Formats: sequence, structure tokens, C-alpha cells
Amino acid sequence: MESINYQNFRIDAENICVDYNGKVALYDANLKLKPGQICGLVGMNGAGKTTFFNALTGFVNISKGKIRINGESLRSAQKDQTIAYVPQSEGIDSQFPINVWDVVMMGRYGSMNIFRCPRESDVQAVKDAIERVDLSDHLSTPIGNLSGGQRKRTFLARAIAQRASILLLDEPFSGVDIRTEKLISELFIQFKNEGKTILLSTHDMIHVREFCDLVLLINKTVVAYGETSEVFTPENITTTFGGISPDFLFGPES
Amino acid sequence: MELCSFLTLDSFITDPLTHDFMRKALLMSSLVAAVCGFLSSYLTLKGWALMGDAVSHSVMPGVVVAYALGLPFSLGAFIFGVGSVALIGFIKQKSRVKEDTVIGLVFTGFFALGIVLVSKIKSNIDLHSILFGSPLGISLSDVKQTIFISLLVVILLSIFRKDLMLYCFDPRHAKTVGINVLFLHYLLLTCLSLAAVVGLQSVGIILVVAMLITPGATAYLLTDKFDNMTIISVLSAIISSLIGIYISFWFDLETGGSIVLAQTFIFLFAFLFAPRYGIFKLKKFFAGYK
Repeated sequence: MESINYQNFRIDAENICVDYNGKVALYDANLKLKPGQICGLVGMNGAGKTTFFNALTGFVNISKGKIRINGESLRSAQKDQTIAYVPQSEGIDSQFPINVWDVVMMGRYGSMNIFRCPRESDVQAVKDAIERVDLSDHLSTPIGNLSGGQRKRTFLARAIAQRASILLLDEPFSGVDIRTEKLISELFIQFKNEGKTILLSTHDMIHVREFCDLVLLINKTVVAYGETSEVFTPENITTTFGGISPDFLFGPES
Repeated sequence: MELCSFLTLDSFITDPLTHDFMRKALLMSSLVAAVCGFLSSYLTLKGWALMGDAVSHSVMPGVVVAYALGLPFSLGAFIFGVGSVALIGFIKQKSRVKEDTVIGLVFTGFFALGIVLVSKIKSNIDLHSILFGSPLGISLSDVKQTIFISLLVVILLSIFRKDLMLYCFDPRHAKTVGINVLFLHYLLLTCLSLAAVVGLQSVGIILVVAMLITPGATAYLLTDKFDNMTIISVLSAIISSLIGIYISFWFDLETGGSIVLAQTFIFLFAFLFAPRYGIFKLKKFFAGYK
């Protein structure tokens, strides 16, 4: 069992800024997450959600601030397979000639030798991961022939196979069927109990209330951050969405 | 006279083999085709067709300068190929001009420089063979260079086969699990420059981009597995080269053009009749008869 040290944050992002060729995408953003916490990342399109993920995965360089993962640098977190990223559906070429098994196996690449030859333990990890997302009947199905929900589960399986302790999920519930949604929700509870840290972006406010312990509202920078019950207020949401009333976003009943 | 020997398929194939230059051309072109076909899978999936075009045209001044200085032409081509990509990246970053425009203007600029240099540097450079390829007139030193470069590219691609596939498919995941994405980016560019260098001997600078994208596009229509795609791509490239050279021998046609035309016809065939992705979806057609 993994020992959980609450002194240390699993994700500790301090005053991070990201700019693309001089255009600021995110500034002075802070985030501290402990093991076993699920945090929702909420903001408009273009508010910097994907940029935030890109910064945490190291896919873009931050121009200011610092990111510590388990108290270590991002680089060593990458080497240790600590962070897994589950892309949103649009971020992936679904016509790429690759099947479910091979995608999930990519979760093991970082811990394999240079030729990426799977060992017995890698094969087992991939098998288990595919079983957990209920895709064992689709091992050799090309991803182009999967439904949106099955494809989402494939990438979730890749993150499971990687055995990462931090999961970053970009819109995990968009474009999925009810069955997938239920399966993902159940997995989140399991991940939480296993002590994994989850950061997920979503457009669906109901999901935030349902699983997120914490919520991070962003609009180029952090608008509000804290316990969902305290922070996820109509006022904060209105500010996050640039003055659009939450009635419009949730419907009048909320 | 020639038409008579046509009558048997046997002599159609064996007659050209009696010529030394034909044996050499067939072997070298097959090797070059295999290298370009291997790389082609990656370029088509990565969406680097325009990049391939840019690099292959940009090597022109490098080839001319290297010839003039008596250096291996592959060295000059390589420097200018990678240089063009660096310049494209630099201009894109420092200006508001869109990427495809930058690519277009950089490679035409390099290409024009090459043509001007050829006209200025008096030497035994044959502009025609650079532009259109000359697989039948390949020299011994060119053969050595071609074999060396081809093996280098094949070894690099083989070692990093899976990493490059991951890089084309999901570079963000590659980065997240600690794989050096920048290295893979430049590795692919390096292989592209080297493949363009060997490819231009077969079909010339103008058409070499076809060697780099058509086999991959054909294979993409025929399979859903990456490994199969690579195999089909390599095979279709080799077969096109052989067909092209034979056709050009018997009908006295431009060799480079014939090779590329053969590739185009194989692509068209796949486009029309590929089992799953062709226009006529043969799989469904036959399934109807079961």
C-alpha cells in the first residue's frame, strides 16, 4: 500500500504562467492537491483549461512560477510515470491505424526499454486495465471502429495501465453513452479510494457537485478555488463565465 | 524488333537485366523506394506532406553547392533540408504569417536559389538529372552514399519505430510519460531530409515528395494496423519503382515520372477498390454474395 503523506501535496502548482508567443493563456494560477482528492476544473472555452493540463503534463513550458509533483520536479515525475493524461475526444485522430490493445500498451512505454518490448508484467497491466474499463471484447478493434464512449474508456485504460498516481482528464464525460458515464463514475470512486489524485475538466455542473471534493474555477487565472460546497456558488460561476448568469448555464432550478 | 521480345513476359522482365545499368537502377531504386515507403507511413499520419515537399525542394542549393565544392551531395542536401525547416520554424514564430504560407515561401526561395546557383556555377552538374532524377545513370560513389544513407534511415526508424508512432498519434502522452518529444521531432525531420536526398536520385527533386507520401496514403486505405501499413507502404513503393523502371525501359519514357505515375495508379486502385475504405467497398460487395 502507498503511504499517504498529508504534509506533502501531490500537485503543487504555484503562480504558473503560460504564454504562446507572447499571448498570455494563463497567469498566476495556483493549485494544491493531496492524494485521494478529486478536483473539477471549470471555465469557458479558451479560459485556459487545456493550457493548465498542458502545463501540468509538461507539454508546454511555463514562463513563470513552479510546479512540484510529490515534492519533486515535473521532469522526474514524468520519468516516474506519475502523471497520466486522458485527452478529450477531439484531441485524438480517431482514424489512426491502431487498435485498443496497442493504445493501452502505450501507457507502459515510459517504463519499457528503448525498443518498447512488452514484458510479462506490461502485458498483464494492459490486460487488467482493459478489463477494468470493460473492453476485453474489443482488444483488436481499431479505435476508428469504436463508439465515443468506448474510445474514452480506451484512453482511461491507458492511464490505468500506466499506474499513474495523478490522473488529468480533459472533458471525460463529453460525448459518452450512459454506460460509459456510469463506469467512469465508479472508477473515480475506486481511484479515490486507491489514493489517486484526479483533476478533471468538465462543462457539466452536475458532475462537479457529484464527485468533486474541490473545484478550481478559471478564467485565464484562478477565479476561485476550494471545497466544492463553499466555492461552487452562483456568484463565482457567473464571474468565471464572464457575467453569464448561472441560471442560463444550469437552468433555473439551481 | 523490340516489340517482338515483348511477346513473352519472360523476356519482358529478363531482357533489361542483361544491362548493367538496369540492374543497378532496379536495385538502387528498390532500396530508395523501401526507405521512402517506410518513412511515408509516419509522414502521412503526422500530416507532414507539405513539410515533405518543402524539405525535398529545399535541398536543391545544398546539392549544387556540394557538387561544386566536391563534397558528398548528401551532406549539402542534409544541411539545407534541416536548415529550411529551422527557418520555417523561426519565421513562423517571429511573424504573423500563417504556417502554410511560410512553408511555401521558404521552400520556393531555396529552390530558386538552387536554380540560380546551377546557372552560375560552371561545372558538370546536370540540372535535368537533379530535377527529374536519373536512376539509370547513377555513379558508383552515389551508390555507396545511397546505401549508407538508406541503411542509416532504416536503422533509425526501426529503433524508434514505436516511439515515432506514439509521437505521431499522441505527442502529449509521449511527453507525459517522459519520452523526449523534441528529439523525436528532429529525428523524423532528419530522416525526412535523408530520405529526400536518396529519393531525388530516383525521381528527382520535383517529384520526390510523391515517394514520401503516396505509398503511405495507399497503405492507409488498405489497413487499420500500423505495422501492416508500414509493410504495405514499403511493398507498394518497391513495386511501383520496378514497374516504373521497366515501363520506362520498354517505352523509352522518363524514368522518374514513370515511377511516380506507377505509384499514383496503385493509389487510385486502392482508392477505388480498397476493401473497407475504397469507393466501391469490395468487402461489402463480396459479402453480398455469401
